[in-house]
Amino acid sequence: MRQVAVVGIGKTPFGAFLERDLRSLAVEALQKCLEDARVQPSQVEAFYLGNFAGPSFVGQNHLAPYVSAAAGITGVPATRVEAACASSGSAFFHAYSAVAAGLYDIVLVAGVEKMTSQATPRVAEILASAGDLCGEIKAGGTFPALFAMIARRHMHEYGTTREQLAAVAVKNHENGFLNPYAHMRKRITLQQALAGKPVADPLTVYDCSLVSDGAAAALLMPVERAWDFTSKPLARVLGIAQTSDHVALDQKASITTFPAVRLAAEKAYKMAGVGPGDIEFAEVHDCFTIAEIVAIEDLGFVRKGEGGPFSAAGCSARTGTKPVNASGGLKSKGHPVGATGVAQICDVVMQIRGEAGDLQLARHSLGLAQNLGGSGATGVVTILGAA
Amino acid sequence: METKALGDGVVYTETVVYSAPEAFLQDAPYQLAIIEFSDASRVTGRILGERVTISDRVSFVEYRQGIPFFRKTA
Repeated sequence: MRQVAVVGIGKTPFGAFLERDLRSLAVEALQKCLEDARVQPSQVEAFYLGNFAGPSFVGQNHLAPYVSAAAGITGVPATRVEAACASSGSAFFHAYSAVAAGLYDIVLVAGVEKMTSQATPRVAEILASAGDLCGEIKAGGTFPALFAMIARRHMHEYGTTREQLAAVAVKNHENGFLNPYAHMRKRITLQQALAGKPVADPLTVYDCSLVSDGAAAALLMPVERAWDFTSKPLARVLGIAQTSDHVALDQKASITTFPAVRLAAEKAYKMAGVGPGDIEFAEVHDCFTIAEIVAIEDLGFVRKGEGGPFSAAGCSARTGTKPVNASGGLKSKGHPVGATGVAQICDVVMQIRGEAGDLQLARHSLGLAQNLGGSGATGVVTILGAA
Repeated sequence: METKALGDGVVYTETVVYSAPEAFLQDAPYQLAIIEFSDASRVTGRILGERVTISDRVSFVEYRQGIPFFRKTA
């Protein structure tokens, strides 16, 4: 296996952009990424696109060549990857695999989602199609409801509190307030978060990530070729794994842990030769506040059941011992589903390069990104380090 | 469509859904729960009547349009 580096990144801001279409968002991210990597479109040897539900949200299919050709990339394999909210984390995994295996040298990977063209009930219905339509969804489940049931069980088993969930939201909004790319740049108080409109008990609107439009891209190549293109600090892919589990929540042995994430983390740590204690900062999949708490437990940052107290004590704040979601996370940055996985990679790379501006962390040479599909049926964990 | 009667079970987890999908807008707020049976298998269904919490015993009532409904065991 060859050593692989991320030599280019590009993102659109996340938000509700009524005047923008899916293709223009994706093309903006691709062009920014190519420019960042100093790579011409004609040099790209393969393209992978993470997208959850373009055909449902905007009616367009055949999305990978639809997007890449508009950025001047033709004559190469252009492939769409769908894995619910982990679509572009998975696309990144496949792009990495192709470069590491020696199939291609210069591979572009992106994620995009255009969600705000549909009314909220329709958005909820499209998102729910990432669950089991024959069981949990048919019975009236929504994604907030599924994660609410995870939260209830976590509270029951470990004594996690509403205040601890709300602390995650307050922290991520505090971070997102400083992120120029974030969808909701608004600070909130613990009282506001607790008093939010109920969505599915015990979750309120402040426990839920945002319905957003946006795109993100990254360019991968073997480390030995990277210096031909860029003079920026390299972010090397030290460890990466994608794993799978049952789609339906009621089929999992436990719902207070995601085995797919635990296994992906174990494999990625082993590949990188590091442990959870070595990771300096992380971008984790906080589609709901409870998901961040479960993620930091599954990643081994804290012992099982200690995610709530750890969050409430400020340990995952930017100035804490283990900064989590310095970008603002899905909660404040926004969650254009198919874009999220690659956007997390971009945020980790920005930290490694020292390009994170007001969000720059003191320790930023070894970061982790964790991307979750649905209620845990896909887990992708990527560890990046300064080369 | 599943029509086999289910047994009684225990609430493994639950939520009350306020923000409902279009098909269930008229039902909201409604309680959704994962019920665990004695063989450790689980199913996601809806709760009729009194609200339940984790570990409550529930009895199967009936299927309505393929959805299993349960009620707190008296």
